[in-house]
Amino acid sequence: MQSLILTTTTRLLAALLLMFSIYALLRGHNLPGGGFIGGLIGATAFILYTIATSVDEARAALRIDPSNLAILGVGVAALAGLGAGFAGDPFFTGQWLFLFQDGDSYIPLSTVLVFDIGVYMAVFGGILTLVFAMEQEI
Amino acid sequence: MADDYPKVDRVMGGAAGWISIAFPSILFLYFLGLLPQIALGPQVHGIDWVPSLGINLSVLLDGLSMTFVLLITGIGAAVTLYSARYLGQHPDYPRFVSYLLMFMVGMLGLVLADNLIMLFVFWEITTIASYLLIGFNADSAKSRRSALQALLVTGTGGLILLGGMIVLGNVAGTFQLSEILTQGDMLRAHPWYLAILLLFLAGTFTKSAQVPFHFWLPNAMAAPTPVSAYLHSATMVKAGIFLMARMNPALGGTDAWFWILTLFGGVTAVFASVMAMRQTDIKQVLAYTTLMALGTLTMFLGAGTHYAIMAAMLFLVVHSLYKAALFLMIGIVDHATGTREAGVLGGLSKAMPLTGLAAALAAISMAGIPPMVGFIGKEFMYKAGLGLEGFGAFWVTIMAFAASVMMFAVGGIVALKPFRGDLRPTPTEPHEGPWPMLAGPLVLGALSLIFGLVPGVLGYYLVGPATHAVFGEVREVHLYLWGGVNMALILSLLTFLAGWLVYRRHEAIRTRLAAFEARNPVDFDAGWDRLLEGFKAFAAWQTRLIQNGSLQRYMAVTFGTFVVLVGGTYLIKGAFRSGLSLTTEGIHPVQWAVLGLIAAGAMLTVWTHSRMTAVAAMGVTGIGVALIFIMFSAPDVAITQLLVEVLVVVLVSVVMLRLPYLPRRSKATFRAGHAMIAGGMGLVTTFLMISVLATDFDRRLTTFFEAASYPEAYGRNIVNVILVDFRALDTFGEVTVVAIAAIAAFALLRGMSTRRKPEEES
Repeated sequence: MQSLILTTTTRLLAALLLMFSIYALLRGHNLPGGGFIGGLIGATAFILYTIATSVDEARAALRIDPSNLAILGVGVAALAGLGAGFAGDPFFTGQWLFLFQDGDSYIPLSTVLVFDIGVYMAVFGGILTLVFAMEQEI
Repeated sequence: MADDYPKVDRVMGGAAGWISIAFPSILFLYFLGLLPQIALGPQVHGIDWVPSLGINLSVLLDGLSMTFVLLITGIGAAVTLYSARYLGQHPDYPRFVSYLLMFMVGMLGLVLADNLIMLFVFWEITTIASYLLIGFNADSAKSRRSALQALLVTGTGGLILLGGMIVLGNVAGTFQLSEILTQGDMLRAHPWYLAILLLFLAGTFTKSAQVPFHFWLPNAMAAPTPVSAYLHSATMVKAGIFLMARMNPALGGTDAWFWILTLFGGVTAVFASVMAMRQTDIKQVLAYTTLMALGTLTMFLGAGTHYAIMAAMLFLVVHSLYKAALFLMIGIVDHATGTREAGVLGGLSKAMPLTGLAAALAAISMAGIPPMVGFIGKEFMYKAGLGLEGFGAFWVTIMAFAASVMMFAVGGIVALKPFRGDLRPTPTEPHEGPWPMLAGPLVLGALSLIFGLVPGVLGYYLVGPATHAVFGEVREVHLYLWGGVNMALILSLLTFLAGWLVYRRHEAIRTRLAAFEARNPVDFDAGWDRLLEGFKAFAAWQTRLIQNGSLQRYMAVTFGTFVVLVGGTYLIKGAFRSGLSLTTEGIHPVQWAVLGLIAAGAMLTVWTHSRMTAVAAMGVTGIGVALIFIMFSAPDVAITQLLVEVLVVVLVSVVMLRLPYLPRRSKATFRAGHAMIAGGMGLVTTFLMISVLATDFDRRLTTFFEAASYPEAYGRNIVNVILVDFRALDTFGEVTVVAIAAIAAFALLRGMSTRRKPEEES
């Protein structure tokens, strides 16, 4: 079932949802959001796209196989945990770097953020693996 | 037999071969350099690994571990050199080498460990590596079966052993062996002593193949010959002996220890020596003599006197030297003649003089004939046996005598008979082995002679310190070849006489034993197969019962169990009486509306006949719950709940679209049953929640996270900070589960479609 209205709006909505998912991911440390929620929102964007068009088009738009993305996410999360080892801290101790510090304003970078990105990728990839498989195989 | 594979052109196994030879050789030299220090006293080194659990990577290097380390690396060097020539052209030789080195590392870690948990880890590494080594010829069903049998028997024992270690660690308050070994008196008097002892012995008896767990060891001969030489002389099977020796200061010296070890050890030794006479394959003969040696060692460790332990440590070294040499020798003979049948081989000494020399040196030591070190070993065993009290002296001496007689006879069978007499026709023309294969057996055989001539060196550097470590206190150890005319010497002479008689008549004895075996109903090996079959049948039965593939039944069982267990606990503990209060006070009208939404969703789910409606109605319930989260200011949880509900509705409707409408009416009894489970689930959960709310809320965690979130983790969103920082390891586990679950579901769905497609085409 192809609906012109759905296909057209989806192009816009999916893009918005993806941007919003990144936004939710990045703000997560201080405000509602985070990798898990971000990953879910991001996945919804592609699910919408799948429903509006087809699995094949959604796969083509994603470019990378979602199951690879999920495993990559787990790997990124593990690497973020290992980072602590270089500072001599136990596994998964957050490491922080405050860039351009000027009074109260700075850009905080951390292994915690890397970890959250890993979570985002794992959730995003995991859900999409499942949805694509269901749409395609059943 | 060893030649049935496509050859790869590699000299001495290529790089893999040289690495494998260098590794044990360098270690051997390194530890040899430490020998004078260790002879004076033990050393402990360590680093923390998991300090919170008391698990450390620490090393205890004393006489006992030193003896084992030198045997492992020394014989390891001989075996790797040998295998580079023996298997170097095998296409899978690099794989073989990696297994062998993994095994070697496992063994070294095991004997050097000062921490029980670390010891266990290495113990299991040897189990796994030996599985891989025994099953190296993976295209043979026999070798796969033997490997699995060894894995299951020693692996089960290993798990029981872990239980014993944990109990011991808790009783002693530490997992450090160097500390546990000083608490012997406390441990022996402890009420848990017997439990610890039995759990430990279950591990060591399976590993060291004591009757009735012996059957895996002869089967393990399916491994390539160098592996047999290594596993059954110095290493794998001696790991159990090592652990018993190691634990002797802590667990030894009681009646239970004495009787269990001497009885099982004695029975194993004599049973194995009889079985050895039965075999025709020389390698199998040697396998059973290994069992015999293990039984003897266990028996003397059990006897526990200073003399007995000295005898055990001496025999340990003696046995490793001659057994490795003999196994390697058999490999050369097999390689050169194409057979290992005792009845076929004869007169090889002309064609293979050096192999014959190595075999003779090792076999004379095995037979316990002076001036070989084997003679000293046997003398000390007799002295130790005679030095015991009461029935123990009688039992140990008789068993040691019987075993020694058989060893004498077996020495003749494996090393005298194949080389003497007339040359007989063999599958291939016999020829002398190449030097890398001869070096090991010759050096080991020579050592048997050298140590026999200068036993003082062996006593001072190895047997003495090892005896101190096992016995627990320092006493003088003096080894000598000639102890004058005494009871032990008379027993030795009797041994030679009896052994010679048995050797002369061994073919008749073998025929008798074979006839007896044919009528014998007790067959451990077949029993093992029946046990495995039984397990498989049981697993199949319970899978059919519990996992019949109906999702409805799974849900019913899961929720039914929850209702019965939680509800039952609730009733038994009398939680109803602890002042439950139900009040509707303070519930906002909007909240009432949300509650109504949830209830309506739930009811619609149950009553509707359309699957789509049911799914959507369930979504309504879920979104109602998310609304409640928002009202109680938990935005993160609410967002997640909302997203998950949406996804569930989407996913389930994708599936549901392909399913037919629900039947108008399911059976009344079916609905009633499920209604009861659902109602019970609701009631139990409700009462549970009420009781939880009735108790005071413990705010310690909340306070901690509120206070620590920003200063320690630089984040204001506590939920997220907990997820990605304070409890990152949990989250890591969760995302791993998400990824694995998705891929597993993907694989399942893939399988469904590929199974269905051919049908659609037809």
